[in-house]
Amino acid sequence: MKQKSPMAYVIAGIVILLLAVHQDFWNWDNDSLVLGFLPVGLFYHACISIAAGFTWYLATIFAWPVDLAEDEADTQGKGE
Amino acid sequence: MSPGMIRFTIIAIYLGLLLGLGIFASRMFTGSRKDYMLASHSIGPFLLLMSIFGTTMTAFALVGSSGEAFKEGIGVYGMLASSSGIIHSLCFFLLGVKLWSWGKKYGYTTQIQFFRDRLENNTIGLVMFPILVGLIIPYLLIGVLASGSVLQNMTAGAFPGTFPHNVASLAGGIPPWLGSLVICGVVLVYVFFGGMRGTAWANAFQTIVFMVLGVVTFFVIATTLGKEALVYEAEKKKESENAAVAQVNPGETPITEASPDESADAVDDGAVDDAAIDVEGQSFGTYLSALMRQVGHEKKTRSHMSMMKFFTYMLIPLSVGMFPHLFQHWLTAKSASSFKLPVVAHPIFIMIVWVPCVLIGIWASAEFVYSTLPPPVQANPNAVLVFLVKSKTSALLAGFLTTGILAAIMSSLDSQFLCIGTMFTNDIVAHYKKDTKEGDANQVWIARGFIVLIVAITYGISLLGVKSVFAMGVWCFTGFAALSPIAFAAVYWRRLTAAGVYAAIFAVVISWSYFFYQADFGAHRVYSVEIGATTESVDFGTSGAVTMELVAVPLNGDDEVVVTILSKEFPEKKKDNKPVIKVDEKTMTIILNTREGLETDFAALNGALKYHGFVRGKLIDGEPKTRVPTEPQSIVLERTGNSMMPVAPIFLCSIIAMFLVSFVTKPPSDATLAKFFKM
Repeated sequence: MKQKSPMAYVIAGIVILLLAVHQDFWNWDNDSLVLGFLPVGLFYHACISIAAGFTWYLATIFAWPVDLAEDEADTQGKGE
Repeated sequence: MSPGMIRFTIIAIYLGLLLGLGIFASRMFTGSRKDYMLASHSIGPFLLLMSIFGTTMTAFALVGSSGEAFKEGIGVYGMLASSSGIIHSLCFFLLGVKLWSWGKKYGYTTQIQFFRDRLENNTIGLVMFPILVGLIIPYLLIGVLASGSVLQNMTAGAFPGTFPHNVASLAGGIPPWLGSLVICGVVLVYVFFGGMRGTAWANAFQTIVFMVLGVVTFFVIATTLGKEALVYEAEKKKESENAAVAQVNPGETPITEASPDESADAVDDGAVDDAAIDVEGQSFGTYLSALMRQVGHEKKTRSHMSMMKFFTYMLIPLSVGMFPHLFQHWLTAKSASSFKLPVVAHPIFIMIVWVPCVLIGIWASAEFVYSTLPPPVQANPNAVLVFLVKSKTSALLAGFLTTGILAAIMSSLDSQFLCIGTMFTNDIVAHYKKDTKEGDANQVWIARGFIVLIVAITYGISLLGVKSVFAMGVWCFTGFAALSPIAFAAVYWRRLTAAGVYAAIFAVVISWSYFFYQADFGAHRVYSVEIGATTESVDFGTSGAVTMELVAVPLNGDDEVVVTILSKEFPEKKKDNKPVIKVDEKTMTIILNTREGLETDFAALNGALKYHGFVRGKLIDGEPKTRVPTEPQSIVLERTGNSMMPVAPIFLCSIIAMFLVSFVTKPPSDATLAKFFKM
């Protein structure tokens, strides 16, 4: 069995962290506005979406399944 | 040309374009089953991203997100959008890539083929097929019904002679039966001829359409409402100044006191006040700030939302792990690396669509917008976006946005129709009729035939006027989410056995049915599992001419508040059909203006309760049976102290059953383990 890259564990940790910080009970009653128009709770969760995108970007670089390389190499033809 | 006709023309052109796209895609069709169902594994990263995103974002993404934000406030984004951003991509990454590689290697087209092979069990297909199809049908119905309703609303006024309607705002609009038929027909044509390739192309096109138009509409609505907010603020300021003047000098006439006729004359003369002049030419940020100043605390926070409900809602996005139509989309990928773009961009795309919709929803709850919404719109949050688009934008833009909403609907419908046709062909016909050696061409025709049949059945059910189908959405997602542990275990847990999967399915069916029954078969739209909280049920009395009192509990868990509903004081028909609401620290009085309008007033009553920080009341026996109630009517006001989504206990039952039974049954054969797991 192939050894998983240490970065894969780091990515897994970040995903778990994202799921944990998603439960932002500290913002529950906070109605302050970011930039004067965006409720802080909404801003915070929009940042979570961006952070999720970035985390998955890291995952595609550092934790992409290496055993699929053969399938990649086998693939013929152009995509649409 | 009437605004309705302008909107109709734009929608017609759009639907024509979609038909053209489907027929063009069919010209690339090679005639093989693999090409029809999986586009010959040829879909690259961009098309895969757009088709997957378009499939997962239903009408709910545009219409429902605004409506839910209108009802619940900003918490909806965290509950449904940011959690999906993390979990959907997690499913694509952990399940999609692996299943794609096995699908390509072992020739799978459907989820059931994979489970049969992985579990070395044929019967599992017969158990899963009706469950998966049964969970998809209501999901399809939501799209079909929503499309008919949206088309009627947005084409109102286009054909006044042909389609009269007793509600003035809908007169001349294409009736829902015809609108749904047209949408089903268009989707059927491009799925029938174009297969998966046509579906993927159409999804990509439609995703671009609804994203771009969603953003444009946001700017237009924000600017219009922002101007109105500035005017409203200025008026309020003047009112308070007048009140202050009147208090200091009781004899002095307030500065802005004028009769309605005088005010109208002033506007006609161009003598608009300073506030109106200042409104134009302000920065976009000023409009946004003015709007947000009018939004109540409860909509800018999650103060009224149960933390446990918020937490347990995170399980719902796991449903994508078990969606059969998504499984099929995954298998269309050209290579494993095609998944990289969807995995990364999906959370960002969700944000681009949802943040504007949530903002529009909470703005609509601001007093100056809320008071202009007709009672049916106040009572039906899903109508809020359509109403604002129609009333706050030009006919041209409204027409384009309607195409965006229809795009969101159709981009899910097409994949679901194709998927059901594919499942029937592969998992039932081809699987049990191997000896007949159905050729590729025959299988394509069987799939097409079944797609036509399923479209006809879905359309037929939609004509029955099943109103509670919209509430079924969350139950479908709950079912799929509770089954998702099976998918994860099949991919990552060697010890999973067929018996374990049967046990999980059985546990889901039993627990899901129990909670569905508790929720009055979906009629209780905001059902959640109470944890230590109770509900209050109060009879409304036996006639319209009584004073009714009930005790409600505020959402923030403070002391009880007395809600008084009066109707006998106002028997005559009033000009304004909205209930009068008086709220102070401890009491809320709702005065129904007229007995004749009680049906409408009941709808508005629910909106009013919610607006003032109560969970909406629910009429136990559905809609009032008569306009003047002659039978006891009851409403339930719910406490929201602690509650969770039913998906949590159902999910737990599924996992426990799967693990326990898998551990005590015979493990999978070495051949299967060698096939799926590197030894």
